[in-house]
Amino acid sequence: MSINVKNIHKQFGEFTALDNISLDFPSGELVALLGPSGCGKTTLLRIIAGLEQADHGDIILDGENASNTHVRDRQVGFVFQHYALFKHMTIFDNVAFGLRMKPKAQRPSESKIREKVFSLLQLVQLDWLADRFPAQLSGGQRQRIALARALAVEPRVLLLDEPFGALDAKVRKELRRWLRKLHDELHITSIFVTHDQEEALEVADRVVLMDHGKVEQVGTPEAVYNHPQTPFVYSFLGSVNVFHGRAEQEYLKVGSEQLRHHNESYGHAKEVFAFARPHELKIVDNSHHEGVSARISRILSFGIETKVELDGLNENSGQHYEVHLSQQQREAQSLLVGQEIKLVPSTLALFPREAVALQPSEKEG
Amino acid sequence: MSTLAIQTNASQTTRFEKNTATREPNWVKYLLLGISLSFFALFLLLPLIAVFTEALRKGLETYWLAFTDADALSAIALTLTAALISVPLNLIFGVAAAWAITKFEFKGKQILITFIDLPFSISPVIVGLSLVLVFGVHGWFGEWLVANDIKVIFALPGIVLATIFVTFPFVARELIPLMQAQGKEEEEASIVLGAKGWQTFWYVTLPNIKWGLLYGVILCNARAMGEFGAVSVVSGHIRGETNTLPLHVEILYNEYNFSAAFAVASLLALLALLTLVIKSYVEHKISKKSNA
Amino acid sequence: MNTLRQFSVLPGFGLSLGYTLIYLSLIVLVPISAVFVFTSQLSLSEYWQVVTSPRVMASYQLSFGASLLAAGINAIFGVLLAWCLVRYSFPGKKIVDALIDLPFALPTAVAGIALTALYAQNGWLGQIIEGYFGIKVAFTPIGILIALVFIGLPFVVRTVQPVLEEIDTELEEAATSLGASRWQACRYVVLPVLLPAIMTGFALAFARAVGEYGSVIFIAGNIPMVSEITPLMIISKLEQYDYTGATAIASVMLIVSFILLLLINLLQSWAAKLTGRNA
Repeated sequence: MSINVKNIHKQFGEFTALDNISLDFPSGELVALLGPSGCGKTTLLRIIAGLEQADHGDIILDGENASNTHVRDRQVGFVFQHYALFKHMTIFDNVAFGLRMKPKAQRPSESKIREKVFSLLQLVQLDWLADRFPAQLSGGQRQRIALARALAVEPRVLLLDEPFGALDAKVRKELRRWLRKLHDELHITSIFVTHDQEEALEVADRVVLMDHGKVEQVGTPEAVYNHPQTPFVYSFLGSVNVFHGRAEQEYLKVGSEQLRHHNESYGHAKEVFAFARPHELKIVDNSHHEGVSARISRILSFGIETKVELDGLNENSGQHYEVHLSQQQREAQSLLVGQEIKLVPSTLALFPREAVALQPSEKEG
Repeated sequence: MSTLAIQTNASQTTRFEKNTATREPNWVKYLLLGISLSFFALFLLLPLIAVFTEALRKGLETYWLAFTDADALSAIALTLTAALISVPLNLIFGVAAAWAITKFEFKGKQILITFIDLPFSISPVIVGLSLVLVFGVHGWFGEWLVANDIKVIFALPGIVLATIFVTFPFVARELIPLMQAQGKEEEEASIVLGAKGWQTFWYVTLPNIKWGLLYGVILCNARAMGEFGAVSVVSGHIRGETNTLPLHVEILYNEYNFSAAFAVASLLALLALLTLVIKSYVEHKISKKSNA
Repeated sequence: MNTLRQFSVLPGFGLSLGYTLIYLSLIVLVPISAVFVFTSQLSLSEYWQVVTSPRVMASYQLSFGASLLAAGINAIFGVLLAWCLVRYSFPGKKIVDALIDLPFALPTAVAGIALTALYAQNGWLGQIIEGYFGIKVAFTPIGILIALVFIGLPFVVRTVQPVLEEIDTELEEAATSLGASRWQACRYVVLPVLLPAIMTGFALAFARAVGEYGSVIFIAGNIPMVSEITPLMIISKLEQYDYTGATAIASVMLIVSFILLLLINLLQSWAAKLTGRNA
């Protein structure tokens, strides 16, 4: 079932949580809402669920306007960040809750409920825990029970708020793979909220990047990672080097030095930010006449890549850069800590400076 | 029964009222509010109002006369004396008990906490009786006390002992949960930095617990000044000598001197209101501190 | 002491614990043990005769019956008040919240004469109730019930209120998103979480009511076999210099208090277990 979000706006006092957002979630997809804390992603999820009311705008579920439908009647499955399992009920009773709350006429018989609950517990591979209480379960198990409980009422869509946020790194990875597999079996339209880029890129069919209550980019994981459309997306997904400079013709002037930027020529000089990924930078000899000067501060060579950390020099002092080299590149060059070199990008993405008036928000864990 | 943590703040309430999943239809809300506030008015507000209207029924002059009476003055003095002795003693005890219980792990801790709570669940009348059994003429120390011409029962010491007993848990009860929540890291840091035990207590612990301490003290004081049952057993009701304010109220009331009884009662009611005002202020301070 | 406790760098364990134990023993434990020591001087049949005499039995019935009923009334209205204080905003809420503790702060004798004045035949409420319903309140067991409701109310409100404040809204949101009606969410999700606190409040109110003296004696009328509470029986035995009689009755009440205290402790640890988040 499809979800359409139309011109949703939400204000908390002075703070704009969602700024006129419109999005379409096609049927059967698993979509990630990705962004730093405070970007409005959880608010959007709660508005879709009906747990929060938008100031204006509409939520269309399966072509029907659901904006004024109560959560109770919206038939959405919601998995809470801290699971919200009922502590005084067994796992079985937790999963059966939604079925038992139905009006008498629609309520299945106890034996039907039993059947259904056990099939769900088997689906999440935890049928052996039916008689336990939530307190006796590990975090990962609770998460799966919360999912089974949400699925019990056969929701039209599944919404998950930071589903792996409260778990430790190892369990998190396992559950990620498991959720993807589960979605491939059920094909229920699902949206999950996360601040972890790796999680979003690995699990989702499609990623919605949000910042400051606005949608920055929507696309497949490959598309958003390889072709970031905004400075925010550039800096939020993966590490990136930034050069502050002035684009003139085919050159980028950074202080007294210059780089070739490979973009279309700038006839009129323009103040820009220029982005390059760590593997898109080359380290060249200091005598090279193009490039930005820097001094090597650390060389980390373990794994298949060598990471070189550098400090900017002259007008760029205070700037930090990071370069990733393959083993061959590393062996071809003799690099020493303290050495002064120049950095030359193989490609640069330019954004006019006024478009980046807002510094991208801090990434938070 | 720690009442410390309670401070309903407005933002939290609106969080419930705005959430579609935690609010009721308006008619349910107003029905519940109507029922519970009527109950509140009937059982708490009306008796309070009654005290003051009864006290002022015969005019301000009679009201004033009730306090200038010599017996009333001596009752005020006795009540203040008893509170002035018992509250500081229970304060010291409360701090010592809370320090031992919250900063150390030892066997039998839970039992000790239960024993400290004991006076809350014992009838004040039994408190008075037990003191009579120990210090009365026929009690354990009766003969020795008579021989040495020391009066405990029907005298100030008895009244003080009864007051200490019934107000025993108040300070400890407020401090224990507070200090438990604060843990002992700050004290350990202070010791590591070279502070002595008393310095640690004075400069690290005390600033952290001062509001909780004040809270316990005002509750302790309210009960100390208002205690009736236990004191009534050991006081002997000697006018002008062993009558505390609550006992004075009883005597006046039993003599059908209602307006004087209510006048003295209104003084105690004012004390109760003052206690509640300070209590709200302290709660406000504590909640502000914990939100910061 | 070192075998009793775990190692700690903080000083003052011996001093603080020693002082605590000595003070506790002198002030509380020695006098209380006197009650049992004096009781043990009675033979079993004498003891039985005193504590089961008709007048005393009638007083148990009244004390425990009225206390139970009062605690029940408090449980219902206390939860309602706590609910309103936590969930709704209304004018004067701060004052209502502060005045809930009035019965803790107001001397019991003052409460006693105030309630008597209100519910006496010529009092504001007594007039109405007797005039319209023909029911006498003051100087009857109903008057005792009213005094016990007054002194017990804050126990329920103050044990339920913090639990209600800490309930995660996620629980109700989860219930609602699973299709539960507002009533179902309250009944099956909120109430079970509150239940231990309600029962603790009930037990505290009950324990306080059983031993209460000051607020009750004025409104009770103290008619033998009708409106004499058990603490009053102890006082009247004392006034007749019947120390053994008074002590025997006191021992019965003390045992009840101990049982209640144990029960309250169990309830509180149960409550702590139920409300501890994710633990």
